[in-house]
Amino acid sequence: MTMTQGTFSYLPDLTDEEIALQIRYALGNGWAISVESTSDPRPRNNYWDMWGLPMFDMRDPAGALEEINACRAAYPDRYIRVSAYDARYGRQTTALSFLVHRPL
Amino acid sequence: MNGARQGFALPRPGSGAPRPEDPGPDPAAPEPLAADAAVDLCAERAAAAVDTVLDSLDGELVGLVPVKTRIREIAALLLVDRVRARFGLAAEPPSLHMCFTGNPGTGKTTVALRMAELLHRLGYLRTGHVVSVTRDELVGQYVGHTAPKTKDVLKRALGGVLFIDEAYYLYRAENERDYGAESIEILLQYMENHRDDLVVILAGYADRMETFFAANPGMSSRIAHHLDFPDYTLDELAAIGELMLARQRYRLSPDAAAVFRDYLARRMTQPRFANARSVRNALERARLRHANRLVAAAAPLGKDDFMRLEPADFLASRVFTG
Amino acid sequence: MVQRWSAGVLQYAEMGYWQPDYEPKPTDVLAAFRVTPQPGVPPEEAGAAVAGESSTATWTVVWTDRLTAYDHYQGKCYRIEPVPGNPDQYIAYIAYDLDLFEEGSIANMSSSIIGNVFGFKALKALRLEDLRIPPHYAKTFQGPAHGIVMEREYLNKFGRPLLGATVKPKLGLSARNYGRVVYEALRGGLDFTKDDENINSQPFMRWRDRFLHCMEAVNKAQDETHEVKGHYLNVTAATMEDMYERADFAREIGSIIVMIDLTVGYTAIQSMAKWARRNGVLLHLHRAGHSTYTRQKSHGVSFRVIAKWMRLAGVDHIHAGTVVGKLEGDPLTVSGYYETLRCATADPDPRRGLYFEQDWVSTPGVMPVASGGIHAGQMHQLLDHLGEDVILQFGGGTIGHPLGIAAGATANRVALEAMVKARNEGRDIATEGPDILRAAAKRSRELDMALSTWGDVSFTYDSTDTPDLVVTPS
Repeated sequence: MTMTQGTFSYLPDLTDEEIALQIRYALGNGWAISVESTSDPRPRNNYWDMWGLPMFDMRDPAGALEEINACRAAYPDRYIRVSAYDARYGRQTTALSFLVHRPL
Repeated sequence: MNGARQGFALPRPGSGAPRPEDPGPDPAAPEPLAADAAVDLCAERAAAAVDTVLDSLDGELVGLVPVKTRIREIAALLLVDRVRARFGLAAEPPSLHMCFTGNPGTGKTTVALRMAELLHRLGYLRTGHVVSVTRDELVGQYVGHTAPKTKDVLKRALGGVLFIDEAYYLYRAENERDYGAESIEILLQYMENHRDDLVVILAGYADRMETFFAANPGMSSRIAHHLDFPDYTLDELAAIGELMLARQRYRLSPDAAAVFRDYLARRMTQPRFANARSVRNALERARLRHANRLVAAAAPLGKDDFMRLEPADFLASRVFTG
Repeated sequence: MVQRWSAGVLQYAEMGYWQPDYEPKPTDVLAAFRVTPQPGVPPEEAGAAVAGESSTATWTVVWTDRLTAYDHYQGKCYRIEPVPGNPDQYIAYIAYDLDLFEEGSIANMSSSIIGNVFGFKALKALRLEDLRIPPHYAKTFQGPAHGIVMEREYLNKFGRPLLGATVKPKLGLSARNYGRVVYEALRGGLDFTKDDENINSQPFMRWRDRFLHCMEAVNKAQDETHEVKGHYLNVTAATMEDMYERADFAREIGSIIVMIDLTVGYTAIQSMAKWARRNGVLLHLHRAGHSTYTRQKSHGVSFRVIAKWMRLAGVDHIHAGTVVGKLEGDPLTVSGYYETLRCATADPDPRRGLYFEQDWVSTPGVMPVASGGIHAGQMHQLLDHLGEDVILQFGGGTIGHPLGIAAGATANRVALEAMVKARNEGRDIATEGPDILRAAAKRSRELDMALSTWGDVSFTYDSTDTPDLVVTPS
C-alpha cells in the first residue's frame, strides 16, 4: 500500500515542471518554501528532517528545485516533501504540502 | 527588491516590507518558425515593448551616451537571438553577465534596474527583479557561514538579476583564509549552471575591477558585456540638477543657475565627488538654506518664492568660502 | 412623563422601543429581523414590538419598571427598512445592551432574542436574519475547540479540501458491517467517515459495538495509508451523562473526532465543546432539524444566525450547504454562511444576506461541511464555489460506485487532487473543470467509472431562501 500523505499523493508522481508550477503558486501567494525528508512515514510523525532553513523572499521556483534535487541526491532512500508556510494573520500555518520524492 | 536584509528578514508589522508580487505569466514561449517564414523585426520589437524601457532610460538619465548606445545594441542582439532561436538556429543561450565600471553616482544601479526589466521583456529573465548586494551579504564571518549565505542570496536572485556592488571586495588577496574566495566559487558555479535563470552584474571602480579580474580569470571569462560609465561633464551635471529640481517642483532663478554652474565646476575638482549623488546632496543643502531664508524673511511670500532658489542658497557653501 | 407611566396599554413605539435617533454602541448586540406585520400595524410599531418583546416589555404599563434603569435595558429599534419587491415585509434593526446577556451562554442569547417574540399576534411572520455580536461579547465564549488551522495541523493535511462520507444505508447495518464500510472508504482515500444523525444507539446496533468496530477500521486504514484518518462517532444521547460516557469512551479508544446533533440543544453543545477542547478531540456538529426553522424566508431563524451561535459555542465542523447538491442552498446565501463560519471578519453584504459587519476577534474558524447529493463529477463546481477550507462529503457518491466503496473513495480523491493541482497551476476550473476531470480519469479507472455513472446527475430547483437583492448585469 503506498504512503499517501501530502496533497497530491493520489495523482501520478509530479514531474519537476509540475513541482515548479506548484511552487510558483506558493511564491505568488507570498508563502515560504521548505524541503523536508524522513524515513519514517507513520501518520503521527509530524516533524520530518528539515533540509536547510525555509526559503523566504524567493521570487522563482528554480532555487527551490535546486534544493529539492540536492536533497534527492543526498537522501534517495527517503520520502521528501515540500511545504509552503503562510504567515498571514488568521492562518500562520502550513498552506500546502506535497511529496516530491519517494524512496527508490 | 534589495538584498540588504539579514537572516530571515521577517517582515515586521508596518515595516512595509513588500510581498513578492505575482511574477505574472511567463513571457510566452515563442512558437518555432518555418524555414521560409518572413519576420518583421519592428513588430517583434514593438511586441516586446522594448522601446518603453529604452525611452524611460533616456528620460531618467542625462548623458551616458555610450552606455545607452551599448544597451540598444544589446537589446538588438537579444531580439535577433530570440528570432534565431525560433528558426532553430541558436545553439546555446547567450551569456548575459555584465560588468559596470565607473565612479560613484554615474547611474550604474539605475541602469542595472532597467537592464533587468529589458531582459524580462525580451524573455531572458522570468521575473526581472533585482537583488542588490555587497560583500557583506555574501561572505560569512566564520567557517561554514559563507556557503549558505551566498546560496541564500543566489536563490532569491534566481529569475532576475544579482547586482554586486564593489564586487572586488570579495577577493582579499592579502588574506588567504578570507572566506570571500568561497563565495566567488559558488557564484561562478551558479553563473555557469543557471544561465537561463540568473544574470549577474558586477559594479565598481574600473581600476579595482581590473585587478579583481586579473586575479580571478574564471570570473572575467564569464562576463560577456563590459560597460563603462564615464563621469558626467559640467553641462550634464547642470542638466541633472535641473531635472532633479523640476521633479521636486523647484526652479533656479537665472542668477542662481549661473552660481550653481560655478559651484559644480569647483566641486567637481574636489575630492570624493560622486557625480549625480553629489549634485543631489548639494541641492538638498540648498533647499535647507532656502527654507531658512524664507523663515527669516520679514515680507509676505508668494507661491513662486516657495519654488525659487536664489544665489544665496548656494553661495553659503564651503565650496565657495573655502 | 405621567402619561408614560399611567396604568393602561400604550403603543410599544411610545414606550421608547422605537428610537430612530439611537446610535448603536460598539458594545451593543444588533439584530436584523424580517418583520411581516399584521394588516393595520405600522412598521415602526411592529419593529418596536419586536424590540420590546425580546427585551423588557410586557403588554401593559407596569409600575415596577420604574424601579429599574429602564432605558438601559430596553431593546431599541433604531431603523426600519422596507424589503425591495415585497410590500408586506420590513427589516427591523434592533440594538440590545450588553447587560441583557449572560456571558458565554448561547442558551441565554437565544432565549433572550428569540425566546418570546415569535408567536406575537401583531406579526404575521418574523424571521431573525442576522446578528452582530460585539467583540466584548464574543470574547466570553470559548469558540471552536480547535478550529480550521488546528484541525489541519492535527490531521497533517494541507492545501486541499477534506473528504468524507456518511455510512449508508442510514439505518440497519450491524456493527461489523458498518465497520466494513468505514474501512473500505478510508483505505480508498477519504479522510473521514461519518455516523448519520439518527445513528445513536439503536436495537440493531448499540453505540459501544459501533465505536469498537469503527475504530478497528480507522486504525487499519490509517496503518495502511500512513494518513491520519477518523470516523465521526455520534455521541448524541438522551442525557448529558450518557453523552459524556460515550465521548469519553470514544477518546479512550483513540478516536480523533466525535459528533453531535443540533437536536441535543445549545447547552449540551457548549458542554461538549468544552469537553472537546479539554480532551483534544475534534467536534463535528450535524445541523439536524434546522430546516424546520431556517428554510422559509418569511418566518424562523436564518441559518446564518445558527452558524454564528455555533461558532461561538465551539464546534469544529458544521454542515453548511453544498449549492449544487440535493439540499436547499442558493449560491450567494451559502457563500454568506461560509464567510460567517470561516473568516476573521465579515463586512455587510446585501447580496449574500450579511446584514452587519462582524469582527470575530481571533475566534478560530469553523470548518464547513458540504454534504448531500454531490459526486465527483461536480468537483470543479465544489472547489470553485466553496473554496479550500471545507469538508466534502460524498455518501452515495462513494458507496454507490460500481467497483465498490474503496474505488468510490479513490475516484473522489483523485478528482479532488487533480482539480486542486489544476487550480494551483493557474487553470480556470470553472470552465475547464470537466476537461480536467476527464484527463484525470484517463489515469484512474475508478474516476472514469464514477464519471460515467453519475456524470449527468444534477439537482436544480428554485431555492426557497434567496437574498432580497439580486446582482443585475451592468
